[in-house]
Amino acid sequence: MSDKNYLTTDYTLKSWFLTTDHKRIAILYFASLIFFFFIGGAAATAIRIELATPQADLVSSDVYNRLFTMHGIIMVWFFLIPSIPNTLGNFIVPLMIGARDLAFPRLNLMSWYIFMLGGCTTLFAIVAGGVDTGWTFYTPFSTLYSNSYVIVAAAGVFIAGFSSILTGLNFIVTIHRLRAPGLTWYRLPLFLWSLYATSVILVLATPVLAITLLLIATERFFGVGIFDPGIGGDPLLFQHLFWFYSHPAVYIMILPGMGVINELISCYSRKQVFGYKFVAWASLAIAAIGFLVWGHHMFVSGQSLIASLVFSFMSFIVAVPSAIKVFNWTATLHKGSIHFDAPMLYALAFIGLFTIGGLTGLFLACLAFDVHATDTYFVVAHFHYIMVGGMVTAYFGGLHYWWPKITGRLYSEYWARTAAVLIFFGFNLTFFPQFILGAEGMPRRYHVYPPEFQVWNVLSSGGAAILAVAYLMPLFYLGYSAFFGRRATANPWNAPGLEWQTSSPPPEFNFTTQPVVTRAPYQYNEDFQAEPQNA
Amino acid sequence: MPESSAFAPQFASIPHRDHTAELGMWVFIATEVLLFGGLILAYFVYRHVFPQGFAEGSRHTEIVIGTANTAVLLTSSFLVAWAVEIFSPDTVRIVTWLLVGAACLGLVFIALKGIEYSKEYDEHLVPGIDFQFAGPLAHGVQLFFVFYFIATAIHALHMLIGICLLITLAVICRKAPTTRHHTALHSAALYWHFVDVVWIFLFALIYLPGRSSS
Repeated sequence: MSDKNYLTTDYTLKSWFLTTDHKRIAILYFASLIFFFFIGGAAATAIRIELATPQADLVSSDVYNRLFTMHGIIMVWFFLIPSIPNTLGNFIVPLMIGARDLAFPRLNLMSWYIFMLGGCTTLFAIVAGGVDTGWTFYTPFSTLYSNSYVIVAAAGVFIAGFSSILTGLNFIVTIHRLRAPGLTWYRLPLFLWSLYATSVILVLATPVLAITLLLIATERFFGVGIFDPGIGGDPLLFQHLFWFYSHPAVYIMILPGMGVINELISCYSRKQVFGYKFVAWASLAIAAIGFLVWGHHMFVSGQSLIASLVFSFMSFIVAVPSAIKVFNWTATLHKGSIHFDAPMLYALAFIGLFTIGGLTGLFLACLAFDVHATDTYFVVAHFHYIMVGGMVTAYFGGLHYWWPKITGRLYSEYWARTAAVLIFFGFNLTFFPQFILGAEGMPRRYHVYPPEFQVWNVLSSGGAAILAVAYLMPLFYLGYSAFFGRRATANPWNAPGLEWQTSSPPPEFNFTTQPVVTRAPYQYNEDFQAEPQNA
Repeated sequence: MPESSAFAPQFASIPHRDHTAELGMWVFIATEVLLFGGLILAYFVYRHVFPQGFAEGSRHTEIVIGTANTAVLLTSSFLVAWAVEIFSPDTVRIVTWLLVGAACLGLVFIALKGIEYSKEYDEHLVPGIDFQFAGPLAHGVQLFFVFYFIATAIHALHMLIGICLLITLAVICRKAPTTRHHTALHSAALYWHFVDVVWIFLFALIYLPGRSSS
């Protein structure tokens, strides 16, 4: 074992806060994201406690509005969007392609500082009084009526957008230019294909959000009408511009998750990913079609029927590449030598939850049903299945899979499996009842509701309690493992990817000699040797 | 050209590093295209809704200053392109002066823009601060000027960043020109040309509608 790795090269604070090492920057992101995750989670907890009874016992309607807005803004922009790309991606991308760092290391560090600046600005908006517009900032409410810190919150999101763009830019250039000799596009791990597709969305969609937020701030600050119908502006235009970013943003969240799942499924069933090229191109297809479906958020907004029909059709189409992925994962599992390790449990949970989320997405793409379900808990359940059941589960799976590489330590397999099962159970108990609530007509964003909805709300809140405990568990056993866990070997899962060819944790510049790739990805053999630590 | 020994370890060779840097700038320009694209899309939507108001608003802009600014900006782009073309250790002096000249033309552009803004302020055409426009077209004219000010202000901000870039490069290139500086200069030039191209679009959208008919 080499004695110097990226964690032990230097111990000063300066060496962390001025580092250009992609692995250390990934750790910086990781720490900040845990912080934001628990702030967003605290808001979710308060929401679920309030909803346990039909009356307003805990908070006023105004505070409730600020709570779900804070939950949405923090979780979407400061956890879900940066999570996998900025932590796992930052850490793994150069390792996976055999590079010594990302193409622009200083830009990478700058992007973390911009992210923190945006995060602090948004936190300031919350501390100063909060925002009650919902995370979507719909006009004219956000520009004319909302009596809260809209400009500050929008400025925070605006700033964080630059961080997204710079990360996406860095990944695109890195994947194009820094691949190891022999690493052709069709030898690229599928995680990288999905991060590439994600980066394209980040680079092409985020600036549209930036300009939209700028227009909102201008309208609010100068009192000029852009979206204000009073002087001829159009609130619908805001929704078009907003969802032109924010629908692709859903794919920013789910595509990296899908990428992680490819790695996990093939590793723990010891098989090549079935239909590699189809899975790879499905990522790009999802990214491309994802740009053409934003109007399905606006079926009841008053847009033309033709527009609704086209967007409905395109939304059905985007299910095709998503389904290709799900079918190919199940085909990969078929006759595989399956090992139910913790990352695999997360991956299997992902497939189940993502499938439910995706299928209910088809319900909502259907015009007639969408009119019934718009702004009900059905929608809330649907997007939580994708964004939390899908994305967060994949994030946890990836975190466990690459944990030995990141820290050089093994975690407790027993606790990791327990947490994975609890997350799956708690998640379903939290969000499945919300489908029923929505179908029965309970609107979202209300903090009082008729008593007949209480049973399902209590179930949901109970599930949320389990989910909260399950999300806290990794904090403890992974935290313990980071300092006291058993030492990991360079390749504890016996996986063929380039990132496992270097020591764990990797040295400062990743590889002592330039790796050369001579084989297709995912060349697994049967001899699996992982997790002997429970013996 | 002499090359400094400090060399980013992630690259295999100097040309590898330089091509990578250039690709980075192209991707950045792609994201900028979408930034202005969103704005221009919104402009088109409202111009479609208020065709006469936008034409009327356009007739109140200062076309002489706008045209002069187009000429100034194209000239400065030409100087930058020239500097990239002849860059070598023997031509450092000329390159420096070309860059300084381009930056000065950028400042001229900003100054003319300032004069234009103050004229519009005097004519009470600044929405949100002092906007007075009577008649049935007032809504359209106001929206036109909202977009006029947002678009030109964002463009001017890009100009200021570009001017800082050109001056910095002029200073650096003077000292010890290397291939690295040539790449930096090339990337900065790409950015400067992009800002120039955006202006050409803005010029056509802002100053020209409604002028031909009257």
